[in-house]
Amino acid sequence: MNQLLRILEGIGSTVQLLLRAASYAPTLPRQFGRLIEQCYLIGYTTLPIVAILSFFIGSVLALQAGYSMQNFGAKQFIGALVGLSMARELGPVMVAILLTGRVGSAIAAELASMKVYQEVDALVTMNIPPARMLVLPRLAAVLLMMPVLTIIANLVGWFGGAIISSATSFIAIDPASYFATMRQQMEFSDVLNGLVKAEVFGFVIVLVCCNIGLNTRGGPREIGAAVTRAVVVSLILILVLDYFVTKALL
Amino acid sequence: MPPPDTETADLEKPMGGTSAVGVKVENLSKSFGSFDVLKGVTFDVQPGEIFVLMGPSGSGKSVLLKHVVGLELPSAGRVTIDGLDAAEPTTREKVRMALVFQAGALFNSLSVYDNLALYPREHRLAKESGIRDKVMRALQILSLEHAAQKQPSELSGGMRKRVAIARALVMEPQLMLYDEPTSELDPVMSATISEIIATLKEQYRVTSIVVSHDRELALGIANRVGILMGGKLAYLGSASALRQPQDGRIEEFLHPKIDLKNPRFKKLEN
Repeated sequence: MNQLLRILEGIGSTVQLLLRAASYAPTLPRQFGRLIEQCYLIGYTTLPIVAILSFFIGSVLALQAGYSMQNFGAKQFIGALVGLSMARELGPVMVAILLTGRVGSAIAAELASMKVYQEVDALVTMNIPPARMLVLPRLAAVLLMMPVLTIIANLVGWFGGAIISSATSFIAIDPASYFATMRQQMEFSDVLNGLVKAEVFGFVIVLVCCNIGLNTRGGPREIGAAVTRAVVVSLILILVLDYFVTKALL
Repeated sequence: MPPPDTETADLEKPMGGTSAVGVKVENLSKSFGSFDVLKGVTFDVQPGEIFVLMGPSGSGKSVLLKHVVGLELPSAGRVTIDGLDAAEPTTREKVRMALVFQAGALFNSLSVYDNLALYPREHRLAKESGIRDKVMRALQILSLEHAAQKQPSELSGGMRKRVAIARALVMEPQLMLYDEPTSELDPVMSATISEIIATLKEQYRVTSIVVSHDRELALGIANRVGILMGGKLAYLGSASALRQPQDGRIEEFLHPKIDLKNPRFKKLEN
């Protein structure tokens, strides 16, 4: 019962935070510096790990698909399989999981630390709403950066698959054929669906991590607990939302 | 951030120019779960007064201070500032109040200069050159010009407190609240902070509420003193009357004697 109450309380406070942050949306232009800083932290610093993992996920997808499909004589469709898998599912989900580990945890730690060491209280007494200064630029930045990260993840994953498909002897599909089947079988809406998912995941991750950070009470130990909670809740939400958003977009 | 121009700051020019406000605490009670921290506390602070709130650890002093700035909501009773309910967020928009936190609560990601400049920048009170003047004047008052570009992590405890006071000063507050401003400081730095609090009151006629354990500070600068014990106000009156308190508990709190033959912790054990 207590657990259920805590979950409901968490949902309520997250929605309240969202509404408060949204009410300060008109102040975003004069927080341009903060927005750019958050875009850098969310987008630029996450990019290398997104690129590395996307390359290998695309490669493994091609390898596994080639190995399984060679028995059916269907390995010429590897390009389409890698393309669709990356664009519709693996690209956005992988970027969201990386974002949780790389950015969500950092947001939760920073805001929890600010709360515990009374920096958030100081902002409140200065009549500077934390939702305006700490949450709104992060939400806006993630909305701007998620599509960019996801498109890069897709591109790198597709190229990883193409390289492995041509370099592996039992697959041996040249890049031109690989991309030709990808173009034949894929539509722009496949990529778009993935981008919608990525936006939903990114927005929810940042909102949840901000809320958990800002509601931290206690000392250093609670900061660690807040980070763990933020990561676990975000990961669960990514997978739950993935199902519902996928179903809605089909 | 461009290096600030210390030459432009004018120490004689007042920071404020706004009127001090009165604070009224009426029958204030606060409970955390089943634990009653404040039990019907009532007192008022006159505009321009220095009111020192003392009491043993855990007596509810800091909790009371948080009620004044609206960081805590009362379980019963109310706090008003110039007639406005302190629990209402709009009160912070109408009354400029600054709280100097016990640990400073400086923004660790910002330099000292940017810590001070945050409030005027966020509220767009002046152009950058005007903000620079305000910030440097506040830093000069607290003898901190050399620390403008330092990060909070590079400051000593005393400097952190002074930076926190300087940051509050830039807000040109009508009401200044200090939470244990002299704790963890050496006697000379404690005296310096006490002098700063008294000087600010004289120069800017700001109303000050100081929560402190520091007897010297209370007797030295307070217009009136309140002593909280067990969530209730055990004393409310002038600082001078505290030099010879009638109440045994207050005498024990203000002038505890170290008794090695019959130590207190042994009495507690028994």
